Amino acid sequence: METVIKTKDLTKKFGDFVAVDKITFEVHKGEIFGFLGANGAGKTTAMRMLCGLSRPTSGEAMVAGIDVYHKPEEIKKNIGYMSQKFSLYEDLTVLENIKFYAGIYGLSDKDIKEKSDELVEKLGLQSQVKKLVQGLPLGWRQKLAFSVAIVHQPKIVFLDEPTGGVDPSTRKQFWDMIYDASEKGITIFVTTHYLDEAEYCDRICIMVDGKIKALDTPSQLKQNYKVNNITEVFYQLARTAKRGDD
Amino acid sequence: MSAITLNNITKTYNKGAVLAVDDISFSVEKGELFGLIGPDGAGKTSIFRILTTLLLPDKGSATVVGNDVVKDFHKIRGIVGYMPGRFSLYQDLTVEENLNFFATVFGTTVKENYDQIKDIYVMLEPFKDRRAGKLSGGMKQKLALCCALIHKPEVLFLDEPTTGVDVVSRKEFWEMLARLKAQGITIMVSTSYMDEATLCDRIALILGGKILSLATPEETIKAYPEKLYAVKSSNMHKLLKDIRTNDEILNCYAAGEYIHLSLKNATKENENSLTKFLAEKGESDLVFKETTPTVEDCFIRLLGNTDGNSN
Repeated sequence: METVIKTKDLTKKFGDFVAVDKITFEVHKGEIFGFLGANGAGKTTAMRMLCGLSRPTSGEAMVAGIDVYHKPEEIKKNIGYMSQKFSLYEDLTVLENIKFYAGIYGLSDKDIKEKSDELVEKLGLQSQVKKLVQGLPLGWRQKLAFSVAIVHQPKIVFLDEPTGGVDPSTRKQFWDMIYDASEKGITIFVTTHYLDEAEYCDRICIMVDGKIKALDTPSQLKQNYKVNNITEVFYQLARTAKRGDD
Repeated sequence: MSAITLNNITKTYNKGAVLAVDDISFSVEKGELFGLIGPDGAGKTSIFRILTTLLLPDKGSATVVGNDVVKDFHKIRGIVGYMPGRFSLYQDLTVEENLNFFATVFGTTVKENYDQIKDIYVMLEPFKDRRAGKLSGGMKQKLALCCALIHKPEVLFLDEPTTGVDVVSRKEFWEMLARLKAQGITIMVSTSYMDEATLCDRIALILGGKILSLATPEETIKAYPEKLYAVKSSNMHKLLKDIRTNDEILNCYAAGEYIHLSLKNATKENENSLTKFLAEKGESDLVFKETTPTVEDCFIRLLGNTDGNSN
């Protein structure tokens, strides 16, 4: 199995505060990897290091075969990123957003044209292409944001709470898109506060106080902790947290 | 007397181009914990802003503890507490300064009403000299609740207090609400987390400015019209795809560990033919059973009856 993310004792300190404390794990190609933890557990800091946005204090990390210390810029070309908070430019139209991102990721004019048409058709947005993104319903915006984040067929896509605030039906449709991307070999690295979504992941990792406290398939974790759902596993682990979320 | 009433409230934006609240009527009883459940853009915040007298409705009337939201706005402002969805405290004041400020604005002191916030404030006390802008999400949420409570309001309006908050903090927050309810405070709370709905006395499921259903969580679930089944196998994504190819399926979607589905015609024969169909598709470790709907199932079912507002 091809490994696309590999870390060893990856650590980030801010002064005396150890935000991420020697985390070691691997993620395989095409895997849907759920990255869970309470607010302040260190998820965002870990994700920023893996995206080449924050230099680790110590430890090792390879993302898409690239070392995070030496070539953080190279990493950015090989990954996609989407968060609930920011993904699309609201004052650009649907089509302008697609073209902008495809251009940023270095696609040729011909590819941009092809990709835009394909994407608009797939999402059924034909009648909306010239509308500003701010006028789109949130559910559509999120589906468009995800499609744009993988427009350059990255090896890995990082999704930071991608489904916050949307209705349950749209949330399900969003996960269908995640499954499709994973089948095409794109690795999905996803954080969420909806723990039913943790069940849809191939493996999940739960962080507490900057450390990885559990890493396994959802069914194995439930078996290990002798509980019926991931929420219970999460409660048991998150309650051991000492540093709180301040 | 009802604590809150809305009669045919309508609100539009952009000169009528955006219909945010569409002819809504309901009432909330005194001491009730009432939930507005719906996704972003459903109209929840507009309703809160109308009831807290921060926004004028286009049409209709509404009252809070017998006061009209238009005529008696000044009176309402003194007896309600409001925690907006967006963090709205003064970021460059400390925890203690924010609290003192809000107490003073409402003509009281922190000392006088300390018992009202004590349970929540003890968790904040270690950080009382920290600026509000430097607090974590969970701590900001607790401070905002303290500031909304410091004048002993009769009605508390909480707009998505738990959005972006992890499950453990969400659970703690709902425990706080239960204690406030026990003191007789009327609480209207909105959320996009369906699992929080069951903690309310009554819930309104809302979408596109309209109420789809209004009842207790138990009644909401009881009103689910079909038999609902839970299915799982060793390969859930394949299972979902296979189920979708079956003509007898009315509705199916992933629901945590299981896939939930309903049949067009829920007879024993059709149940059997579906399990046979799935066995032929090569599903292994197949589990198929009837299950009780959750509020999320009810919401999805009601969405199916609307004209694809959620796309």
